[in-house]
Amino acid sequence: MKNTLRQVFHSSKFLVGFIIFVAILLTMFIYPLINPGNPLEMIGVGTFARPGTYVSLYDAAKTPTETLRLADADDKRLAKQLSDEDRVAMVEWFSATGVDIEGLDISDTDALLELWRANYDPAVKPKGMTQAKRNYYKRLDAAIKEVGAADTLIIADTGEGGALEKQGAITKTDYVNVGQVANVKILPLGTDNFGRDVLKELVSAAGTSIVIGLLAGLVATLIGLSLGLLSGYVGGICDDIIMFITNIFTVIPGFVLLILISYSIGQEQRGAAVVALVIGLTSWTWTCRSVRSQVISLRNRDHVNLSKLSGHSLFRIILTDILPYIASYVVMAFILQVSSGILAEAQLSLLGLGPKTTEVPTLGLMMNWAMLYSAHTNGSWWAYFPVILTITLISFSLNLMNTGLDQVFNPTLRD
Amino acid sequence: MSETKAIRRDLANAPSCLRGEGVTRYFHTGKITTKAVDHVNFDFHEGELVSIVGESGSGKTTLSKMLLGLLKETDGKIYFQGKPRDISSRAKLKEYWSGIQAIFQDPFSSFNTFNKIDTVLLDCINMRGGKNLPKEKKIEMMTEACSFVNLKFAELTNKYPFELSGGQMQRLMIARIFLLKPKILLADEPTSMIDACSRATILDMLLQLRDEIGMTVIFITHDIGLAYYISDSIYIMEHGKFVESGPADEVILNPQAPYTKRLISDVPKIHEPWDLSTV
Amino acid sequence: MSKTMLEVKGLTTKYVTRFREDVYAVDHVSLKIEQGKSLGIAGESGCGKSTLALSLMGYYFPPLHYMSGDIIIDGKNISGMNPDDVRKNVLGTEIAYIPQAAMNALNPTRKIHKFIEDVILAHDPKANKKEIYEMAKGRFQELGLPLEALDKHAVELSGGMKQRVVIAISTILKPKVLIADEPSSALDVTSQKMVIKMLRDMMDKGFIQAMIFITHELPLLYNVTDDIMVMYAGQIVERGSAKQMVFDPVHPYSRGLMNSILVPEEGTRDAKLTAIPGTPPNLKRPPAGCRFAERCRYAKPACFYNQMPVLEFEDGRTYRCGMTVDELREIYRKEDAEAEQAPAASEGDGPVRLTKGV
Repeated sequence: MKNTLRQVFHSSKFLVGFIIFVAILLTMFIYPLINPGNPLEMIGVGTFARPGTYVSLYDAAKTPTETLRLADADDKRLAKQLSDEDRVAMVEWFSATGVDIEGLDISDTDALLELWRANYDPAVKPKGMTQAKRNYYKRLDAAIKEVGAADTLIIADTGEGGALEKQGAITKTDYVNVGQVANVKILPLGTDNFGRDVLKELVSAAGTSIVIGLLAGLVATLIGLSLGLLSGYVGGICDDIIMFITNIFTVIPGFVLLILISYSIGQEQRGAAVVALVIGLTSWTWTCRSVRSQVISLRNRDHVNLSKLSGHSLFRIILTDILPYIASYVVMAFILQVSSGILAEAQLSLLGLGPKTTEVPTLGLMMNWAMLYSAHTNGSWWAYFPVILTITLISFSLNLMNTGLDQVFNPTLRD
Repeated sequence: MSETKAIRRDLANAPSCLRGEGVTRYFHTGKITTKAVDHVNFDFHEGELVSIVGESGSGKTTLSKMLLGLLKETDGKIYFQGKPRDISSRAKLKEYWSGIQAIFQDPFSSFNTFNKIDTVLLDCINMRGGKNLPKEKKIEMMTEACSFVNLKFAELTNKYPFELSGGQMQRLMIARIFLLKPKILLADEPTSMIDACSRATILDMLLQLRDEIGMTVIFITHDIGLAYYISDSIYIMEHGKFVESGPADEVILNPQAPYTKRLISDVPKIHEPWDLSTV
Repeated sequence: MSKTMLEVKGLTTKYVTRFREDVYAVDHVSLKIEQGKSLGIAGESGCGKSTLALSLMGYYFPPLHYMSGDIIIDGKNISGMNPDDVRKNVLGTEIAYIPQAAMNALNPTRKIHKFIEDVILAHDPKANKKEIYEMAKGRFQELGLPLEALDKHAVELSGGMKQRVVIAISTILKPKVLIADEPSSALDVTSQKMVIKMLRDMMDKGFIQAMIFITHELPLLYNVTDDIMVMYAGQIVERGSAKQMVFDPVHPYSRGLMNSILVPEEGTRDAKLTAIPGTPPNLKRPPAGCRFAERCRYAKPACFYNQMPVLEFEDGRTYRCGMTVDELREIYRKEDAEAEQAPAASEGDGPVRLTKGV
């Protein structure tokens, strides 16, 4: 036993898979300690806030300021404000008025602005340009000039008479230390369509999904193992009946069955545990079949005959003479069942047949939400890509562990 | 020679230990029926060493499983110690198994690799009703059994069977029989997977054991030379039937059935020329 | 003196295990076979006889590695050749090899004559298929194989027939040396006899010039080959003519082997079986001295640390032992006399006299 374990951990494939899986598990336990709270709490009002650091504007305004005179501050400001369309329009203006734009890069804000300041004249009317377009250029020019001007933002509040009273002013050279701002929120993966912190949700969802996978794998392996053992060892009519049932389950596509059962249970009754059970109940067949064939080859071995001659009971023979021989195989099958259980949950939830949406997030549900709110078409990659990556990592690590085990237990089949 | 003949006469008068009348086993695969064992009659006497000789596919393994009660016979009757064998219930089967035991061909698959050697031997003591014996007594019994087959129990304890060589494993099997002391021992090719050099040791121990506890040995083999060497009587099996049976000397030196004649002529010999022109 | 067909000088090959340990399974083996002669190799499982057979082909692939020595077939040294050359110019034409389960090598979806085509086309790409077929027919007729077999699939033939067909296919190019590694062990005795008869025919009709026959069944070896060589732990311990080896073995190990022969003929029941205690040494760490010393009943202290010399008798027999022939024969004579007087069974180590009867 000890020796086997040592061998297993000597397999590099198993080790890599194991480390990835343990890292995921550890994240699931440690992250909620660092960042406690309900993962389904809607913190944002809008949908799909980008990943990043959020600073409370209110608190920032009330924070004591320092004056920093930074030479490139204006340009940076402008660069953030000039949209891509503005830049393209500026180039259009240049070409309409015959300015030489050889070698100009529109993402180079400095060069673009320098050229603009040198050449823009509101009085010029390029041929074929509409009045509206000329007005757009005037507004653009004004905006660019405004950034350059020494401007001050006045903070005002309604006073006693209802009139605005100046409370303070913010100049362009005012800076606050982020550390002194009372409310800063880091959202590494932004928010989803309901304004929920994606990272927090993801960690919680990965946990739920793994639990669903484990439960489904456990149910499938237990059913498959016990039916396989019975049908393989006892044989005869028992074998016929079990194989009949197994064949029925095999013939009906498992996923269709899964969809039908999930649908008939109804949204309200579908908790995570019920979904896991349903997945387990539809995926035991291949475990059963392969356990059966292994048992059939084992039951004619002489050590089983000898055990019979020693008067051991059927139960004892199965437990001590059959089960240990297929244990490594069952562990491998279990790992694969867990992996496919997680994937089955994701598939079901993506179709909207997963667990109830109000209680816990699962990886499949997160994908479902992202899809329903068109995250994939509006460019909100953070709402679904990390989820896909997590699912991939989990099943990759599980399959890697399985391959590693396979190499250890069946060395002759490989190499 | 005269001495062996005298012994043989004794055996013929010895009480019957295992007798079969029209023992048959068919296997059905789809519509095809295979007659693995087809209405065989036999009578094994107490203390006799009987060989059942047949080539692969002759049905000798099926017959041995039926004799052991591991396989139900399709037809026919088997008498154990003169009375019809009754293995209808688990308790009766267990009772029967205390009277008949086996040694199998492949020592490497005869042991459960997850059980220690101690477990194997303790099992035998428990089976003989020694479950409540004090621990020292059990160890004494195991040590005795191991020393009978030239193994040292102190070196074997807490080891697993796969740490032994094939010959040692087969000796351990004999130690197991020594503890069980059955009336009948069914040895299914016990030396075919063992090197020629260790074969003599195994055979010697089997014979010693037979003398010690006076059991009947049913020796199943494909090696007609080996069968001739050790048996009192030989049954030749072909396609599920006994084509010839009788005392070893008569069957081998003066075969009557064409199959026996062919079998003996096809085996290469040392002193007699091997006639290749007959094929 | 006739032509030497195969000569092996100091051939050493090793296996590399999964744990990168070296196993010297063939250790300085030298042998010579003359034209028209056959040599049998006997020994327990794991003594290196199958590895020797593989090594003799000169075609090495992991985990088997060539270390040193020469293999000379009909004057041509093949030991230094690269594997591709060996495959193209040696295998099939100079030397052919038949493993135990050769009959399972036939692809069940192809007809037998296709395999023969393959073999010949691999060596002569321009060969005419029709001529090949005619030639195969001729060969089958000469070997007494049914001609219908050529147009059958492998699955339609019985095990013994398949084995004979494979032998016919692998010798279609008339190799000079045939190495047969337990070619009949998986067969029933009648098929075995047919395979042996065919091998004999091939020798007589000149389809092969020399044969090495490997088996653990000594009575078979005695009836098939001219000479017998006994291997132990990767080394040759004795070589002599079949008759000498069976009736008058010199090396203690050969004697143990020969004393385990049991055949169904008169006198067998009075035979004395000898058991050799213990197991062969682990070739990862071979013993410093005589490899058989640990199991040898006559070993002297010097045997355990001295390499044993290969001694030769007057008539060309060789054996590897520290004692002279006369010493050994004297020991055996005494031993036989003792056993005659005390027929009771002794302990497991030594000659055992089986106790028969009640």
